[in-house]
Amino acid sequence: MAQAPSGASGSPRPADGGLHDDQVSGVALAIAGVLIALQSWQYPIGSLAEPGPGYLPFALGLALAGCGVLVAIAGGGSPAFRWRQFDDGLKGLAILAGLGFAALALERLGYRITIAVLLLYYLGVLERRPWLRTLVLTAIVSLGSYYVFARLLRVPLPIGVFGF
Amino acid sequence: MLETLGSLATGFEIALQPQFLAYAFAGCVIGTLVGMLPGLGPLAGISLLLPGTLGLNPTAALIMLAGVYYGAMYGGSTTSILMRIPGEAASVMTCIDGYAMTLKGRGGAALAISAIGSFVAGTLSVVGLMLLAPPLAEFAIRFGPAEYTSLLVVGLIVLAYMSGGSMPKMLAMAALGLLCGMVGMDVMTGYARFTGDVIAMRDGLGIVPVAVGLFGISEIMLSAAKAREVAVRQPRLRELVPTGAELKASVAPIARGSVLGFLIGIIPGSAHIISSFVSYGIERRLSKTPERFGTGAVEGVAGPESANNAAASGAFVPMLALGVPSGPIPAVMLAAIMIHGVIPGPLLIAERPDIFWGFIASMYVGNVVLLILNLPLVGLFIQVLRIPYRYLYPLILTLCVIGVYAVGQSVVDIWIMVAMGFLGYAMRKLGYEPAPLVLGMVIAPQLELSFRQSLALSGGDYSIFVTRPTSAALLALAVILLALSVRTALTQRADWRQRLRLEERV
Repeated sequence: MAQAPSGASGSPRPADGGLHDDQVSGVALAIAGVLIALQSWQYPIGSLAEPGPGYLPFALGLALAGCGVLVAIAGGGSPAFRWRQFDDGLKGLAILAGLGFAALALERLGYRITIAVLLLYYLGVLERRPWLRTLVLTAIVSLGSYYVFARLLRVPLPIGVFGF
Repeated sequence: MLETLGSLATGFEIALQPQFLAYAFAGCVIGTLVGMLPGLGPLAGISLLLPGTLGLNPTAALIMLAGVYYGAMYGGSTTSILMRIPGEAASVMTCIDGYAMTLKGRGGAALAISAIGSFVAGTLSVVGLMLLAPPLAEFAIRFGPAEYTSLLVVGLIVLAYMSGGSMPKMLAMAALGLLCGMVGMDVMTGYARFTGDVIAMRDGLGIVPVAVGLFGISEIMLSAAKAREVAVRQPRLRELVPTGAELKASVAPIARGSVLGFLIGIIPGSAHIISSFVSYGIERRLSKTPERFGTGAVEGVAGPESANNAAASGAFVPMLALGVPSGPIPAVMLAAIMIHGVIPGPLLIAERPDIFWGFIASMYVGNVVLLILNLPLVGLFIQVLRIPYRYLYPLILTLCVIGVYAVGQSVVDIWIMVAMGFLGYAMRKLGYEPAPLVLGMVIAPQLELSFRQSLALSGGDYSIFVTRPTSAALLALAVILLALSVRTALTQRADWRQRLRLEERV
């Protein structure tokens, strides 16, 4: 079987008629642009001479869609699209999940508990650091950062249902 | 000239007050650490520090954030020279000859040359900023909405052009950024757009969650999966003294890098990165022994390091004189002073001389602080690199949560940061630059307002943008750049911008 030629950044180009990176991202941008333009159409557009709140978002949505189409058309020379290139994204998603938890919990559980759980998750679960070290570091950071930001810098940080 | 010196003296009276000195010092220390740590560039660093400046007055906030910015320029060179790890993108070129010098046992001298070059360039470019910004602001006072519209459009197009990638991709990012900046209440009618009935979204997307997500979180997502321990080599104090020959060889590259960096810095784009690449190329071309480059040529350290520091100051010219950011970092800094109720623009220098001249003077002070910090204390700073990344990134993420929440006291901002982190990760994987997105987002309200005001003034006649000479000249520049990009795309020829990017990959 013939070796696929190398892409711009070293990834193989699809020899089987598969999609390229720029084709996938270009189509995604074009779809996003059309959706934004459709949404903007719901707002008062005004006229060419007197644009309303929907005018520029509508025009920009169309411009985004146009750029997406151009990216997709010119995308034949870009590296092959492979889900494999996102393998490190699994850990990235796990990191984002922790931040999502922080968003959900911060005003419910309060700052100190949320940060403590977040650090236990990152250090103990994701990175599998020794538990004693994780617990000590978690306690120091969650309580210490609260002291620095809330008391010294007077940044208002949330207190949750436990009053803590 | 006398008036300028008088104003500068007033600025020093402000900058040398103990409280402002302390803020400049703190900014420089934090910036140096930010510059050294991979995964935390100057933009994410400034964004994260922004909430900590909310309780300060605008002068103190600006002084501290500027300290972080040029501190990061200094700090980035340390890891490049000693470990071949660019702490931030502008230090990529320093890796080549700086690390080669370290392998030859001249790492200390490379650090010293880099710090001296950064100091000289930083100081000279502040002189340039001081002399150029006030007359530019005076000229810009005559700008009407049409000129502002054209200026903002050309700023975005220059940024897209200078980035050197695919123009449609850059323009798509700029359009996306402008759309992000239009989320929330319409500036003229108060009509809510793209808010999804979430009340917190009526104020629009905040620059901090967007910048932290796009630059900080996405970088951590990419780095955390491939984190590895690094060997830290600490130079001895006596190694820090350069030889006479090294100093002599550095004089001209530092001078050239200072001028070049400042001029490139004024132009919108990733100026501090581009200037270091251009400076390296020029030094190699001018050298009588170009074959030494890559094997430890001191000129390869002196030129790029001077250029990236000069560019950092040059980037403040359009920000302070016109109220127009030339890139994402000045954009965040502009947002920082706007949070304090200061309106940026050509009137800033006249109406708030305390901010402008205090800031200028603090940059002189900051350069001295950084010279002192970066030479004798380099051994101390480098200890932070001994912290394994698997401990470091959870701590950075904790800071992100605090920083983003503290600005608006809203968990919606954390969700925005998460979404932007995901978007930034996908963009990096697929070869998209986040800089036009951030710049577009910051200028969107001003652009929309001036565009609609222009049409209101002209009674809906679009010729207002081409009949006013300044506006027409700016738009002509935008058209020329677009035409050049189209030509490059059609002829499939790598121009100087692509060559720079190729060098970046080396």
